[in-house]
Amino acid sequence: MKKWKILAAAAALALASGVAQAADKLKVGFVYVGPIGDHGWSYQHDQGRLAIEKALGDKVKTSYLEKVPEGPDAERALERLVRSGHKLIFATSFGYMDTVLKVARRHPDVKFEHATGYKRAKNVSTYSSRFYEGRYIIGRIAGKMSKKGMAGYIASFPIPEVVRGINAFLLGAQSVNPDFKIKVVWVNTWYDPGKEADAAKVLISQGADIITQHTDSAAPMQVAAEKGVYAFGQASDMIKFGPKTQLTAIIDNWGPYYVKRAKAVLDGTWKSEDTWGGLKTGMVVMAPYTNMPDDVKKMAEETEAAIRDGKLHPFAGPIHDQEGKLRVKKGEVLSDQELLGMNWYVKGVDDKLPK
Amino acid sequence: MIWLEKRPAPSRLWSVLSPFAAIGMALVAGAAMFAVLGHDPAEALYVYFLEPLTSAWSIEELIVKATPLAIIGVGLAMAYRANVWNIGAEGQLVMGAVAGSVIPVLLPGWNDPTALLAMLLLGALGGALWGWIPAFLKNRFNANEILTSLMLVYVAQLFLDWLVRGPFRDPGGFNFPKSVTFEGWHVMPAISGRVHLGTIIALLAVAALWVVLNRMRYGFEVRVMGSAPRAGAFAGFSAARVTSASFLLSGALAGLAGIGEVSGSIGQLQPSISPGYGFTAIIAAFLGRLGPVGVLFASLLLALTYLGGESAQLALNISGKTAQAFQGMLLFFILAADTLVNYRIHFRRPGAGEGSAP
Amino acid sequence: MNGLEAFLLTVITASTPLLLAAIGELVVERSGVLNLGVEGMMVMGAVSAFAAAYATGNPWIGVVAGAAAGALLSLPFAFLTQTLATNQVATGLALTLLGLGLSGLLGEKFVGQPGVPLPKLDVPGLSDIPFLGPVLFGHDVLVYASFAFTAGVMWFLFRTRAGLVLRAIGVNHTAAHALGYPVVRVRYLAILFGGALAGLSGAYLSLSYTPQWIENMTSGRGWIALALVVFATWRPLRVLAGAYLFGAVWILGLYVQALGFGLPSQLLTALPYIVTIVALVVISRNRTLTLTNTPASIGIPFVPDR
Repeated sequence: MKKWKILAAAAALALASGVAQAADKLKVGFVYVGPIGDHGWSYQHDQGRLAIEKALGDKVKTSYLEKVPEGPDAERALERLVRSGHKLIFATSFGYMDTVLKVARRHPDVKFEHATGYKRAKNVSTYSSRFYEGRYIIGRIAGKMSKKGMAGYIASFPIPEVVRGINAFLLGAQSVNPDFKIKVVWVNTWYDPGKEADAAKVLISQGADIITQHTDSAAPMQVAAEKGVYAFGQASDMIKFGPKTQLTAIIDNWGPYYVKRAKAVLDGTWKSEDTWGGLKTGMVVMAPYTNMPDDVKKMAEETEAAIRDGKLHPFAGPIHDQEGKLRVKKGEVLSDQELLGMNWYVKGVDDKLPK
Repeated sequence: MIWLEKRPAPSRLWSVLSPFAAIGMALVAGAAMFAVLGHDPAEALYVYFLEPLTSAWSIEELIVKATPLAIIGVGLAMAYRANVWNIGAEGQLVMGAVAGSVIPVLLPGWNDPTALLAMLLLGALGGALWGWIPAFLKNRFNANEILTSLMLVYVAQLFLDWLVRGPFRDPGGFNFPKSVTFEGWHVMPAISGRVHLGTIIALLAVAALWVVLNRMRYGFEVRVMGSAPRAGAFAGFSAARVTSASFLLSGALAGLAGIGEVSGSIGQLQPSISPGYGFTAIIAAFLGRLGPVGVLFASLLLALTYLGGESAQLALNISGKTAQAFQGMLLFFILAADTLVNYRIHFRRPGAGEGSAP
Repeated sequence: MNGLEAFLLTVITASTPLLLAAIGELVVERSGVLNLGVEGMMVMGAVSAFAAAYATGNPWIGVVAGAAAGALLSLPFAFLTQTLATNQVATGLALTLLGLGLSGLLGEKFVGQPGVPLPKLDVPGLSDIPFLGPVLFGHDVLVYASFAFTAGVMWFLFRTRAGLVLRAIGVNHTAAHALGYPVVRVRYLAILFGGALAGLSGAYLSLSYTPQWIENMTSGRGWIALALVVFATWRPLRVLAGAYLFGAVWILGLYVQALGFGLPSQLLTALPYIVTIVALVVISRNRTLTLTNTPASIGIPFVPDR
């Protein structure tokens, strides 16, 4: 019994001194819904965390909790981060939304950043990335590179973000080839390489000669490489999996935003805001354009520049939905609000959405 | 060479000591593992096992995490005693959550204590009905319940996914897959911090099932059919009836846990409402030696391993994977230590004993 | 490549990991042991195979490493359940946890690296026959191995004395022990075999199906394999049928989606599970078949009286 007391005391002392040392540093916490070993969504967020460490060095100490399911475990994870002294916490999944607000209410001195959400508070900011800008670009590339005029889209779950991506992709493709078609397969998972590979094979056998995905693994890229069709990478640069196959990839680049917010907390200038950054702010980065003829590359670069400068908006009218109804008039663009809750397909998508 | 000798009666001493023996072994192995990974073993073990017990918040969280495990576990323990293998508690949990959520989603105006009661009853009913399917298929078609109950888990999860993206989706939720947020009496009343009514239900379930197992005819039936089915048949006990009853009971409890989680801890219906409670409860059932009180303690112990793992992730920069691996190892040790309760271990040189030593 | 050919090839790829793991577990369960740790052994096999192939540049070493890892991981399970008579269900679940955690640790530096794929068989002449060529002769060694193991297990269980002993032990270990059969030793071997095959199944995932490693890439296939063993009433040919039924319905669901009929994707994803239940119900009507094939001592710890 005595030995335990000494052990416990020693351990407590060690922990306490550790805490004292960190008192001057800003502790930044991260909650990931998946493993950082998914090489996709959570992995890229973790790269953002590493960017903070690199940029701010001694001034910060970061920690993370991975594979935290949405629900009561998330609340506990957030509380735990708060209680261990973290003053800036990034919650990187939409499903954490109400949990973040609950915990934030209890701890007004801690700042929370919620990814892809839409509810804010005095100490809760939201942030997301305009991936759809990237989708528009790759749609245009697909329109030029596809001989059959048909792309296969491997989608995870029918949430607005994914629907936005599909729409933007098709609009981009249609701007180059008005008869462009896409086939969508929902694999009902964010990553399962086997299932994603199966979906890619099925789509290719149905005639798609371009593959794009909104799932995390590089399996579709590998299948595309094997079958000799082109593909686009998702969330991270997948060129290694398809050196002759990848045309480009949409890369989630959270680093700059994360560093900015951490600095803001250090400077005392942090405010609750909603950030929806895209190409312009560098939150979306395109992987180098490869495996395409020079004129397509030029078009892609020009499109990217135009979107960045605000001259081109992926969702600029006129846009009709699947039923033929005019959703966006000529000369107008879809508002952020409408984009956030997007639940309809543009004309030309071969699929139905749940109502 | 190691061999076991069955004790004439389970050892009372080891019943109490075995968890400590387990932790002792885990300490040694864990210390080695942590040392190899470059962490201070003493600190690591403190963080894992003791630190979660040092703050009121942490103990509350322990209870919150253990509650659904206990509710589901006691029901599963009864089923397993009767050799009815309900592996589908996770699916029954989901269907119970769905059934109970019908009220806040479809009848939001009904918001008083009776509504909450109705939610709980519906939850139990939903889980029981989903659990009845494998029982029916077994009784009528002789279809093995391990498979049917497991397959139905996936079906239930996909059904929930479809529901929250379609009919049950919150119209004011920007088309994100979640139901309306529950309010008022649709939320389980809190007792202290995050501990809610579900914990009371868990304790009631443990008590109730103890009574059933030890004092009621059905409990006797379960124990007989589990260990000596032919004797049971002679006594007029029906295997089909026990199968149905086991699934209905464990399904109802799982459903109750499901609506409890959705209404108490989450506050709305969403595609993912359980991090595998239905499966972890299986471990709890066996760790608790299939007895209601044991399951309660086992649930707490399991919750501790989860909390300790999280704590370690932060305090020691250990990855979640290490925590998971350590959890598996810990379970190994607990199970091994448990052997001492029913058996005496002998060590002996090969060749020095009787004939066919294993 | 025409539609049917593509369909068959995709189904074969999807069903092979299920078949490999299930055949191994069938032997284990026939000997009277329930090992719920298939998912853990499979994922360890996947990461080990990937790591070994990546490090040496040789996928064959990866195959061996995968099988070895699966078998190695099954050892503590065997020791606990056979020598210490612990509860098999709980021990198997613990094994899964251990396997998932360990594999994540081992695989950390391999995330994001393309792997070394297993070469596909290319029989000059035969592989070029339209349709039959690729379908019959264009696969990698593990696909053929899955069929070979199925046949081998069938032969072993039903045509050899050793197989008869194993089955006898599974039906009644007390009687088998009384007859002098080495119950524990046979079970140890069966468990190791099952572990090796689960590891092989994992190796197939990371070396052939999708040559890469990401955490948890087995995604529940181990559980499906377990269910398939039960589905097949512990008969090898039925395991084959079950694995392919499951794979085919899954791929069919994807085709239906791609064709754009507008059926909810959740329904199509749920179809393999529903179809398996229905098929099981149909098969199980024959009670005699079930009774004669069920290893009655499954899950019951064996401790010989002295």
